Amino acid sequence: MKDISSAIQLIPLEHYILLSVALFSIGLMGVLFRRNTIIILMCIELMFNSVNLLVTAFAAYHSDPSGQVFVFFIMIVAAAEVAVGLSILVMMKRNVDSVDINLLNRLKW
Amino acid sequence: MVGTIPNINLAYLVPAFPLMGFLITGLAGKRLKHNQGGIIASAMIFFSFIISVVLFYLLRSSGQDSATITLFNWIAVGNMNIPFAFLIDHLSLTMMLVVTGVGSLIHVYSIGYMHDDERVNSFFAQMNLFTFSMLLLVMGANYLVLFIGWEGVGLCSYLLIGFWFKNPAFNYAARKAFIMNRIGDLGFILGIILLFFTFKSVSFSEIFAQASLMHAGGPIITLITLLLLVGAVGKSAQIPLYTWLPDAMAGPTPVSALIHAATMVTAGIYMIARSSILYNLAPITLNVITAIGLTTAIVAAIIGLRQNDIKKVLAYSTVSQLGYMFLALGLGAYSSAVFHLTTHAFFKALLFLGAGSIIHAMGGEQDIRKMGGLRKKMPITYFTFLAATLAISGIPPFSGFFSKDMILSKAFEHNVILYFLALGGALLTCFYMFRLFYLVFFGEQRLAGAHPHESPKVMTIPLIILGVLSVFGGFLNIPSLFGGNLSFSNFLQSAVSSKVSEEISSTTEIELIILSLVLLILVIGIAYRTYVRKANLPARDGEPMSIWSRIVVNKFYIDKTYMILVEKPYSSFSNFLFNKVETKVLNPIVDGIGEATSRIGILTRKLQRGNMSFYFFAMVAGILLFIVFILTI
Repeated sequence: MKDISSAIQLIPLEHYILLSVALFSIGLMGVLFRRNTIIILMCIELMFNSVNLLVTAFAAYHSDPSGQVFVFFIMIVAAAEVAVGLSILVMMKRNVDSVDINLLNRLKW
Repeated sequence: MVGTIPNINLAYLVPAFPLMGFLITGLAGKRLKHNQGGIIASAMIFFSFIISVVLFYLLRSSGQDSATITLFNWIAVGNMNIPFAFLIDHLSLTMMLVVTGVGSLIHVYSIGYMHDDERVNSFFAQMNLFTFSMLLLVMGANYLVLFIGWEGVGLCSYLLIGFWFKNPAFNYAARKAFIMNRIGDLGFILGIILLFFTFKSVSFSEIFAQASLMHAGGPIITLITLLLLVGAVGKSAQIPLYTWLPDAMAGPTPVSALIHAATMVTAGIYMIARSSILYNLAPITLNVITAIGLTTAIVAAIIGLRQNDIKKVLAYSTVSQLGYMFLALGLGAYSSAVFHLTTHAFFKALLFLGAGSIIHAMGGEQDIRKMGGLRKKMPITYFTFLAATLAISGIPPFSGFFSKDMILSKAFEHNVILYFLALGGALLTCFYMFRLFYLVFFGEQRLAGAHPHESPKVMTIPLIILGVLSVFGGFLNIPSLFGGNLSFSNFLQSAVSSKVSEEISSTTEIELIILSLVLLILVIGIAYRTYVRKANLPARDGEPMSIWSRIVVNKFYIDKTYMILVEKPYSSFSNFLFNKVETKVLNPIVDGIGEATSRIGILTRKLQRGNMSFYFFAMVAGILLFIVFILTI
């Protein structure tokens, strides 16, 4: 544990922050501009994981294990979310025979 | 004085029985067979009567004057403490006996009278509710319980006047009665508030104990008594609030007998007699009561002279007799007023029930000009009606003679002019009653196609019992002149404090009685000559009349005056509010709010087009804006 923390601390904190922001922005852009629902789901995962990375980095720098514990929780919730998301995707494929998100436009006034 | 009387808690049962009857006939009315409702209701009132008689003997054998029975503590806020309590004393017992006794007879009669009505069970439910409220009114040990009963009887009166609600005129009459009573009730409740403000209590015993220490003529006590008087004037149909009572005849005839003759309209007299200690402290109010009573007695009697509807005649006669009771109250002769109330309950209930029997026989016809010759066809109704007519006219030894004579002699003690005015009213009463009597029972039958017949036993037996009471009711209170000892007045002595006045000598009294008797017989003779010998009929509608009789036929234009002074301005004001304020101001505002909301909705729903990408974009943009907002603060 001690070794990993010190190994993480070899790289300055700013780099972790910049990497996380870059990953998060890529994920966000994907969610906003892609039409394929599978890719949108993957981009959401990317955003999740950028946040996870940032949280572990901060946990190491502050020598506070609660941040890492928190990450485990996020991963479990994300796994559950993916299960739901993928099943929606399967239903979508069955019903409209496509994964284009813009076809899901029937629930409106 | 305070001590427990064994079994006095039976008093709970007196109002409980009618309440039970109301619940049974009201809730299970649809399941009951046609006649069961009436039998249950009558039995309940009769049980109450029996309990009242038992209470009477209990109180007498205990040697105490009154008993207070607390049911539960009703309102307890801070130092205000109002129990829900009953007061059993000689005055309330008298009223209880009258209400339940006459009430049960009228209930039994109604079984026959309302036999053909399809809503007969709800009729009896309402009658029982009325009796319950009336018993609360007379048994309450404080002004608030009295007020519950007061409002309850007002409600039942409204319901029962409008019992045949399919006729709009009857509904109008019911509303009129209700609104007229509201005016009085407003004064009454203000009086109660002022009482509470002054005495810090609404209980009779506490108020009267404090009031007996006050000196007479204080402004507050005068104001309180005047406000209470407003309530009594409304409930007991005195000038200026009497116009509802003649219209209230729209209800079924037993209702007129029970509510608008025997019991409810006497609530005002009961209330003033109950508050006699307060009224004795307010000589100005007493003078007002005297003036109101005398004016009402005479004006109503004059109007009664020219009425042609059998029930309207009796209604005006009720107003007039209530005026006599007010006169007695105003003279401080409270026990005489209650005595006249009691005898009036007997003979007026009998008159109304007799009228009901006649209307029943004539197939719903109420115009006395179309009746006639019923003497042979309806012998029981004829004889009982005769007894009641003699009683109301004040012919000795019928009950009305004793009670009316007491009031007249009290008037004589007070002022000779008062006496002659009251005597004049009594002569008018005698004339219109015999006019009615002769037109209905003598001469030839004038309605073609009618086959009058005597009513069934269930209707005639109450008539006979009331007839006996009307004949002998006066013997309850025989004045010393005839060797009696005024037992009724003495009985009430502990509950009401009548003013002591100088007795007139017995020779004067005999002279007065002979004078009134001669005049009464003269009046009966005139009525006989006009309506039997000459067989004159009252003018038909639309016939030309002298100015004087036109004024009388139109009831002194009092209804029209109220119409012009109150109803017209009120309805034009509400029309103004409706046409100008509501349609021009309020409606556009309310509509505008709705319109604006739906316009905004039309605009914003263009955003909701179901495009997921757009939703994502909007969400992210919103979060960014939010972050920017937080960071810039």
